Amino acid sequence: MIDIRGVRKHFGNIEILKGIDLDVNKGELLCLLGASGSGKSTLLQCINGLEPIQGGSIKVDGIEVHAASTDLNMLRQRLGIVFQQFNAFPHLKAWENVALAPRLVQGKSRREAHEIALHHLAHVGLAEKADLLPSRLSGGQQQRLAIARALAMKPTYMLFDEVTSALDPELVGEVLDTMRLLRQEGMTMVVVTHDITFARNSSDRVAFLHQGTVAEIGTVSQVLGQPRSEHTQKFLRREHC
Amino acid sequence: MFGYTFYWSLVWDAIPELLAGAWLTVQLAALSMLLGTVFGLPLAVARRQGEGRAYRLATAWVELARNTPTLFQIYMMYFGLGALGIQISSYWAVLIALTFNNTGYLAEIFRGGLAGIARQQLAAARSLGLNQRQGYLHVVFPQLLRIVFPGYVTQAVWAMLNTSLGMLVGLQELSGAAQSAQSVSFRSFEFFLITALIYYVIAKLIEFGARAVFWRWLRT
Repeated sequence: MIDIRGVRKHFGNIEILKGIDLDVNKGELLCLLGASGSGKSTLLQCINGLEPIQGGSIKVDGIEVHAASTDLNMLRQRLGIVFQQFNAFPHLKAWENVALAPRLVQGKSRREAHEIALHHLAHVGLAEKADLLPSRLSGGQQQRLAIARALAMKPTYMLFDEVTSALDPELVGEVLDTMRLLRQEGMTMVVVTHDITFARNSSDRVAFLHQGTVAEIGTVSQVLGQPRSEHTQKFLRREHC
Repeated sequence: MFGYTFYWSLVWDAIPELLAGAWLTVQLAALSMLLGTVFGLPLAVARRQGEGRAYRLATAWVELARNTPTLFQIYMMYFGLGALGIQISSYWAVLIALTFNNTGYLAEIFRGGLAGIARQQLAAARSLGLNQRQGYLHVVFPQLLRIVFPGYVTQAVWAMLNTSLGMLVGLQELSGAAQSAQSVSFRSFEFFLITALIYYVIAKLIEFGARAVFWRWLRT
């Protein structure tokens, strides 16, 4: 379980997160919706400690992410993250992209890591692309590569940061399919997205963020069907027209 | 037409000495580039931080290395340390001075290259559980070498040519060997022509070798 309590975050004088309270339960898919600048992406980066926080606490399976004593490199193995910009490592072949962390972080042999990589590439439908450099892959394929790379560390949670926003429209489907597949397999997922349709059809719960606070959280039918917050209502009206 | 008659036989006789000098030149260039790379990479990272002790040290290094004559840097190592009672051979003086010099130039080349790599690359590496050092070594630096490759090769040629300053502290690298050989025969013109030709060939070998390395390992 991810337990987020009163999290505050600012860059200089600009307050991005103003006291966020949120739980992520094992096995659920939680979508984070909200306008640009509402703090969704920043929150994800705080969850795996890529960004420091200035107040509150984030616990992953009871471990305080931002405590000085926490080994973030260990903790991050539980938290896979996929970014908007695919961030494939351009100098490494697809399988080497996936094998890098198992080799360096988990000390797997080259052969073991190669097997792990092929397994996860097949999982996201990239078995035939294993020996290609990222520059030879489409955006959708690069994003699936990023998902395979994160899965190779056998994370308990997967965080998705607007993973389809940088994709051509015709490539969005294959990435969303991969995410749906993970959900069916019971992966716990936190998905930052602008895709209301995906949120409606695929999530268990939806949280709506507004200017650094959680304006509303609940089941899909609550938040998207009968939103109580005026911010959510406004956002949904705008997205629908 | 200038009334000068070329005598080449003396040069041929001295070829073994010249080639031995050339080997020393190649060795010094290679070592000082290798060490310059090892020191220059962390220096570039420190320079990008823009503050702190590491940044100030790196900046001082870069400023001194790039804004004082290379010859002066060699003299400091040889005569300067000598005046302090620390005697090192001309070989070590040249190697240390050229490493110092290369590090300064390479750090700036690397710093420019770092700007061309998305910050998210390091974030992606860290998010997989790699520590800072692993992230730089396995994700950032390999990409960096590709980006800065042309400038890097230019610096390698420059470093090779700079070894000729070693002659002035008595080192028998290619220029030193040529200087010695011509001083007994006084056929300066022949010796210096051949020596220049050898430098040219080495420079071209560096260039083509680099191109082959890039083609084989660094293409993306």
